[in-house]
Parts: sequence; structure tokens; C-alpha cells
Amino acid sequence: MQVWNWHGFFTYLTSPYIFRGALVTLWMTFAAMVFGCLLGLALAVMKRSRHRALSVPARFYVWLFRGTPLLVQLVVIYAGLPKLDIRLSVTACAVIGLSLNEAAYLAEIIRAGLNAVPPGQIAAARALGMDEWQISSRIAFPQAFRLIIPPLGNSVNGLLKTTSVTSVISMEELMQRSQILVQDQFMVLELFSVAALYYLFMTTAWDFLQRRIERRAERPYRRLSSAGGAGLPPDLAAASRDAR
Amino acid sequence: MPYLDLRGVTVRQDTHEILRDVGLQVGRGEIVSLIGPSGSGKSTLLRTLIGLQPVVSGSLTLDGVAIDMTAASAPRALRARAAIVFQQFGLFDHMSVLRNLTLAPTVVAGRPRAEVEEAARHRLRMLGLADKAEIRPSRLSGGQKQRVAIARALMTQPDLLLLDEPTSALDPRLVSEVTALLRDLARAGMTIIQVSHGMESVAALSDRIVLLEDGRVRAVGAGARAAAEPSIAAFMNAHR
Repeated sequence: MQVWNWHGFFTYLTSPYIFRGALVTLWMTFAAMVFGCLLGLALAVMKRSRHRALSVPARFYVWLFRGTPLLVQLVVIYAGLPKLDIRLSVTACAVIGLSLNEAAYLAEIIRAGLNAVPPGQIAAARALGMDEWQISSRIAFPQAFRLIIPPLGNSVNGLLKTTSVTSVISMEELMQRSQILVQDQFMVLELFSVAALYYLFMTTAWDFLQRRIERRAERPYRRLSSAGGAGLPPDLAAASRDAR
Repeated sequence: MPYLDLRGVTVRQDTHEILRDVGLQVGRGEIVSLIGPSGSGKSTLLRTLIGLQPVVSGSLTLDGVAIDMTAASAPRALRARAAIVFQQFGLFDHMSVLRNLTLAPTVVAGRPRAEVEEAARHRLRMLGLADKAEIRPSRLSGGQKQRVAIARALMTQPDLLLLDEPTSALDPRLVSEVTALLRDLARAGMTIIQVSHGMESVAALSDRIVLLEDGRVRAVGAGARAAAEPSIAAFMNAHR
């Protein structure tokens, strides 16, 4: 029996069916990142709030979604919601599940970024008469944003691969399409190698893009600060390390 | 009637009283120094005067206007008249020096940006910082940061200027520069309250010296012989 079928491998590598699956992976990553950031931002602000009515629900949310597997969350959304007579498409379930899950991680990253803005600047802004909204939009967020770009980029890398989990609810992305072909044509190694190459290509391209974005964000600071503006503050580094 | 009349300020953190029934009377254009051991409540008192520190009780009359320090409206009322320069300056690192100065007047007071920028450039020129307008604060020396922080505080047109350790971050040559600047401001009618550990400048500069101890006013010395008040003199001698 032939161990490796080169012809099959190249056929799948150039297959429009697999390629479109990879495109689905890409846009799911994009959508989950956008929704996740919006929700994560809200959660981060809530979690930092002095009002327990805001901070406690946010804490609970992050605890729940970081403490349970994405796989379980997806199945609950996909199989559980119809029992409440809420019927959503597979795509909607996949994007919602990924976004809700990602938001919990992004909330921690954003929160750490906000915490890293020197409190002296916040006090100075307050003493100058600025209200909370002005302080957030003009002092805290612009500086936090620069700090969270690296961990945010790592999240994109993680999310590109995590989207494969949505194959369990039959979302037709890269992984699911590879599996569908495997069941039909039994070239397990060739097909999953192709899938792996696609993932590698996407994550590598993203790494390249991320480095450019980071360089651009750092440019105004690089020559200026004596401390270098280099390494992340400790809790931010921890948030970005967060294993998934 | 004094320009500033503060009465009965108590600040509590958990069960610990950081300030207990503190009062302070200051005339217009006076320079007041708050001294005392660390933890005596000097910085806390300064922060109450700009509404950054919630108080349990306290009332203030500022230029004839009564302010209930416990009211939710107190911070806004205080910030309309007073400005503060922090020990660490709190300059906004992601903005140019000029924008540091113009941000509050344009965003908070809604003044036209062109007019505010002109005033800011004028202010920077006066402080010898004209060529630093477009630079980020992180590129400035400690003395320059100090002057930018003072310039930024003055942009809100306060008549009460609060300074937390204005000279501690500076080398001796710059100390005399800052004290000269403060004296000029006071002469122009600015009331100044500073927390200071630099006893030489306290003695040279102050119209009034207030010694705090354990959250209470221990002694007040006023006028030319402010530093001669016995417990103040004792403290200053011990910390020189």
C-alpha cells in the first residue's frame, strides 16, 4: 500500500473546496476578533468599575468563559438554544461561540493594558477637570492600545487555529472540509497535511503583519523614552501568555 | 476674611483617620508650606483641595464662595479655581508638550484651539521651553518636566496652585529656579500651597508654615518668623 500520495496531496493543496474553507476560517477569525474586542472592551471597563453591579457580572462572565472549554460552549449554543426555541444558523452559532469565548480572554488583555497606564496621569487628568469619558478616550485608551497590540496579535494567531473547533458543530471551515474529504477519500495524512500547511501559511502571514503593526505603533515612542518603552508590564505579559 | 478658609476636614480610610478635623486659613497670594513626617497627611490634605480625596466632613470658603467638601459637586467647584502639580508630574506621554497644555482648556473648558495654543506657546516661552512644544514629555529632563507640569496647571487659569514636592526631583541649581518662579506667581496674586521636604526652600519661601502630625495640625507659623515657631523650628532642624 502506498504511504504517501503526492498527486492527491497537490490536488488538495490547490483544491478550491479547501481554499474556500480557509477563507471561511479567515473571516470567522476576523468576525470573532471584532465582536470579541467590542465585548471584551465592555467587560474590561465593567470589571474595573467601582460599582459592584458592573464588576461582579463581568467577573462572572470571564470566570465562566475562561473556565470552560470552547468545545462545550459551542455545543451548548448549537444544541441548547433550539430547546429555548432560538434557532440560529451554524455560522451564527460558530461566530457567536468564538466571539463570546474570545471576549473573555480579550477582556483580561484590555484590562491589563488599562491598568498599565500610570495612575499619576489619570489623577492629573481628573485634577484638570476631565470627566471619566474624556479620561478614557484621551488618556487611558490611546496609551493602553499601544500596550495591548502585541498580546492582541497573539490572540489573532491563536484564534486562527481555534476556529477549527467549530468543525464539531459542522461549521464548514478548513478543518471540517478536510475531514469531509477524508471520510470520502481516505487520504488522511495528505489531507490533514494540506490543512496544516494552510494554517501555517495563515499564521505566518499574520506574524509578518503583526510585526509591521507593532513597529508602526512603537515608532513615535522608540527614540523618546529612556526606559525604552520596550517590555510589557508584568501583568500584561501574563495576560498575553494565557494558555488556551 | 482669608482667601482660603478650610475647616473641619476629616478623611478616613477604612477605620484609620488620615486627617482629623484639619483647618487651614490662607491669605491671597500667600505661599504656604505643609511639612511633617511621612504619613502625617500632607499629601492627602493637598489632594482634598483638588477633590481627589473623598472626605468624611469639611467645609471650605474659597474667595468668598462656600464649598461643601462632602458634596458631589465639590470636585468640580474646586477644579474650577485650583490646579495641582504632582511630584511625578503626571504628564501625558502620548502627547506633545503643547498638547499637554492645550488638552484641558480645549476639551474641558471648550475654548477655541487656536487661541489656547497661542496662550500655551506664550506660557512655554515664559518658562524657557519654547523649543520643546512639539516634543514628547519623555524626552525632557526632570527640571523641564517640572516646568511643563506647572505650565499645564496654569493653563486652566487657577488662582490656587497646589504643589506636591515641587523640588524633590530637581538638582539644587533647579530648586532656586523653581522657587523664583513660585515667588513670581505669588507676587502676581497666585495663592500657593506646597508639600515640601526641602527645608531650605520652605524657610526661604513660605509666608506660612503648617506642621502636620498624625493627621492633625500640630503648629502654624506665619509671617517673617514662621520658621521660628518652636515646634516648627524643632521639626525643621531635625530634617534639614
